[in-house]
Amino acid sequence: MSSRLVMRGMIGFYIVLFFVYLFGPLVVMSVTAFNTPNYPQAWPFESFTLHWFSALAGDDELVEGIQNSLVIGALVVAIAVPVGLAAAIVMTQIYWRARSLYYLIVVSPVLTPGVILGISTVIFWRDLTTLTGLKFFYNGIFLATVGQATFISAYCMLIFLSRLQRFDRAQEEAALDLGASYPQVFFHILLPFLKPAILSAAILAFLSSFENYNTTTFAILADKTLTTVLAGRVRQGTTPAISALAVIIIAVTLTGAITYEVLKRREDRVKAKRLQKAAEEERGGLVAIEAAE
Amino acid sequence: MSSTVGRIAIVLLPLLVIAVFWAMSAMERRVAGHPGERGFLQRNGAAISLYLILAVGIWTLLLIVLPQLYMVDFSFHPKLPPAQRGGERDVYTLENYRYFIYGSTVRTDQLNTVHLKAFFLTIGASIFITALNFAICYPIAYYMAQVAGPARLRVLLLLLIVPYWINEILRAFALRVIFGVNGLLNTGLMAIGVISDPIDFIGQDIALYTGLSYAYLLIMVFPLYNAIESLDKNQIEAARDLGAPWWHIHLNVVMPFAKPGIAAGCTLVFMLTAGALAAPLILGGPKSLWFTPIVYDRFYQAFNWNQGSAYAFILLLTCIAFVLVVLKAFKVSLGEITR
Amino acid sequence: MSADVELDRVTIRFGSFTAVRNATLKINNGEFFSFLGPSGCGKTTILRTISGFLEPSEGAVRIGGRDMRGIGPNKRPTALIFQNLALFPLMSVAENIGYGLRVRGVPGEARRRRVDELLNLIAMPGAGDKLVSELSGGMRQRVAIARALAVEPQVLLLDEPLSALDLKLRQHMRNELRNIQQRVGITFIYITHDQGEALTMSDRIAVMNAGVIEQVGDGRSIYDRPETAFVASFVGENNPFEGRVVAAENGHAVIESPVGRLRGRNRRAVSIGDPAVLFVRPEIFALGSGHEDGSLESEVLNVAFEGNTTHLFLRGPDPKKPIMVSVPRGAGSSIPEQGSRTAIRFDPEDALVLPAGSLARE
Repeated sequence: MSSRLVMRGMIGFYIVLFFVYLFGPLVVMSVTAFNTPNYPQAWPFESFTLHWFSALAGDDELVEGIQNSLVIGALVVAIAVPVGLAAAIVMTQIYWRARSLYYLIVVSPVLTPGVILGISTVIFWRDLTTLTGLKFFYNGIFLATVGQATFISAYCMLIFLSRLQRFDRAQEEAALDLGASYPQVFFHILLPFLKPAILSAAILAFLSSFENYNTTTFAILADKTLTTVLAGRVRQGTTPAISALAVIIIAVTLTGAITYEVLKRREDRVKAKRLQKAAEEERGGLVAIEAAE
Repeated sequence: MSSTVGRIAIVLLPLLVIAVFWAMSAMERRVAGHPGERGFLQRNGAAISLYLILAVGIWTLLLIVLPQLYMVDFSFHPKLPPAQRGGERDVYTLENYRYFIYGSTVRTDQLNTVHLKAFFLTIGASIFITALNFAICYPIAYYMAQVAGPARLRVLLLLLIVPYWINEILRAFALRVIFGVNGLLNTGLMAIGVISDPIDFIGQDIALYTGLSYAYLLIMVFPLYNAIESLDKNQIEAARDLGAPWWHIHLNVVMPFAKPGIAAGCTLVFMLTAGALAAPLILGGPKSLWFTPIVYDRFYQAFNWNQGSAYAFILLLTCIAFVLVVLKAFKVSLGEITR
Repeated sequence: MSADVELDRVTIRFGSFTAVRNATLKINNGEFFSFLGPSGCGKTTILRTISGFLEPSEGAVRIGGRDMRGIGPNKRPTALIFQNLALFPLMSVAENIGYGLRVRGVPGEARRRRVDELLNLIAMPGAGDKLVSELSGGMRQRVAIARALAVEPQVLLLDEPLSALDLKLRQHMRNELRNIQQRVGITFIYITHDQGEALTMSDRIAVMNAGVIEQVGDGRSIYDRPETAFVASFVGENNPFEGRVVAAENGHAVIESPVGRLRGRNRRAVSIGDPAVLFVRPEIFALGSGHEDGSLESEVLNVAFEGNTTHLFLRGPDPKKPIMVSVPRGAGSSIPEQGSRTAIRFDPEDALVLPAGSLARE
């Protein structure tokens, strides 16, 4: 028994170590955001300051980068979610012999390094826009959106596919049998079923876009996003202002994650209660049947 | 072959493949189709059919297939000023690849040691980091999937998701704060007297490799966790009852079961590491070698896009080769690892 | 309104596999009609063809005299109750029941009235706001029926809808289904592999095997006068004795089987030399020896006391399938012991000689 105890202790120790590795650097970085030296220094902690946060607000380049990131993120959501949905639906309908080729094509962006997606997007669209005279489209925001949408659509498709695997085809047939037209089946049955997946896909798409660097840095051309501005700053030299920004991002993520968790727990509780009630009624119903016979 | 013909072929080829499959499906349907099964248009209605075809068509052709083919084609052309493109000097050539191997577009007497070394070092280090991350993450994934209770599991998942969404530049930056010459690690070590002069973690590439491992740690955890989670606890219990030692259970019960997850994690981590740009830029020292920044420099320092395309294509081929090797070694299908 | 359904030489192929072969029958207006057969016999394929999810490769389906070819499932006067019910989990009970009316553009007020009516019919008044996940198995069943009835179909198709319920509830739902059918008076077409369900509920039954309709008739005629070896072996317990016909006269035939010569009625006119099967139901057997070609002797392998009857299992010609004999309580004779040899007899008037054919597997 004691060897098992030792094992447990070791596992516990390992988990703690793992999370120290995961969070340690983030914590250290966060501490530097509140320290006065103008080099990010966690220790010795000289004195507490919020100076680095106020420095952020006046940073026009950074603000512009964030604005662009938000615009690109919204555009990517608007493209990737419907495209991923369409791709997943086509996957369920496609002629079976074409299915593996189709799948290979649509998941390939997930397995392709982001830099390559960025490069191919820029080269292709530079010549395409020149050729077709649509030079207007050859700009950083458009190209970054297109480059990111290439692989983020595939992420979304995978989310929809896994949800669709749990879809009961008989429901579509039932609606059809009751007289629904094919588009009605789509809007009344399939789309409501996919609603939670649409929401997760949208969140995932936005976050993936917002934090993307590899594809964006090639495709953004002369424009800038939050990540490209950050990369430039970090390469030039490190200042605690970047730590301050990281603190803000961590705080936002943390709030989001905790809110999600709380909401989910509440929903689970409601669901559990309803199921329990149904189970009780079922028992009651059976007793009634037995009594009647 | 003139280059215009080549470019037209690039556009026509995917369309041809689609047409061939279309024809085959029509024939198959006639010969052995399910009676009464509805065609695509009838099944979805005109409006939804149009949405599906447009969305998938534009995505696969304009965003995935054509740009990739175009980039490959581009890499076999010389760098020319815009006026001369499509002219008689715009011919197919291997000079961009020659440059990668010999460091010159014409001479072949001397190897391009800097780029070759960076390339092979990148692949080697990526494989090493992939293996390292697997070793670090496997116990955690196993613990979460099989040992932890539901309440603790939720907390652990929450703890993992938060750093997952901090972008990789900030994560690299966090490590720089620690590993820098005036970083926490050096100041700490000097304060307790272990060293007297700061260690150049960045110049020694220690920071770089740690940063890469750190950046893609969670990419490994989630596929492993998903795969191990679906393993029936009873199987492990049964093996334990039979007296199998713990390492034996992991090697012969858990890992074979989690194969698709292991393959998925390894493929993604390798691809991301080999294609990493932020960590090498931020954590690499002046003499650090990594392939992706070299590709970046071809574009935005040397302004030779054709050469950059060639380098990108080499990286792409490497990743494809790695995926194929993993699929073969683990005997899993592409569908299994991208779930 | 109700309608008859006619299958006219319907053949359905999936590639090279023929799921249904040359099915011809007429289901009458207002009838409770069942297709009975083992899984994979093609009964579900027939149902899906009537409802319009499949089209026959050859032949025609007519509902109320109208050829249904080219008419989609959403345009046919049929409603289907799925094996798993396929209720819409994201809609309330009322929304489920009213769905068919909604897609037909029936306005909200009329729709609500009709839904209330149906909730009363299925004895669930006031349950309209519940979610499907809150319902018990039996309630779901009833909601599925109400949903199908809401669109006032001329024919209701049911694909083994009771198979997911436990025994008690299943028996209860049989009565209820039959009641509903009599109240609404439309044609019910029911698919099942459970002969008890088919026999208790149906006006007529079609027994299917391997894509072929073997026999159509009411429950009694299928049980008492099976026309093929498959029907005889599939419907009810039966003891087959395979052999070759050695005599055939006066409406009787005698076969030479491994346990001796046995005689039975020859309603299918087998002639001397034909391979044939003689069937004797367990309750037809009596203990003790009798007429030469109406009795046999064998070892008792097992005795199972079941209250009002006792089942004896005797070593038969097929070692894997013992001969089953039911002895009612109070039959007068003492029950032989396990391991002993005993003689049993039957009246050849109650035994049946049929042409050899495939037998149902247990």
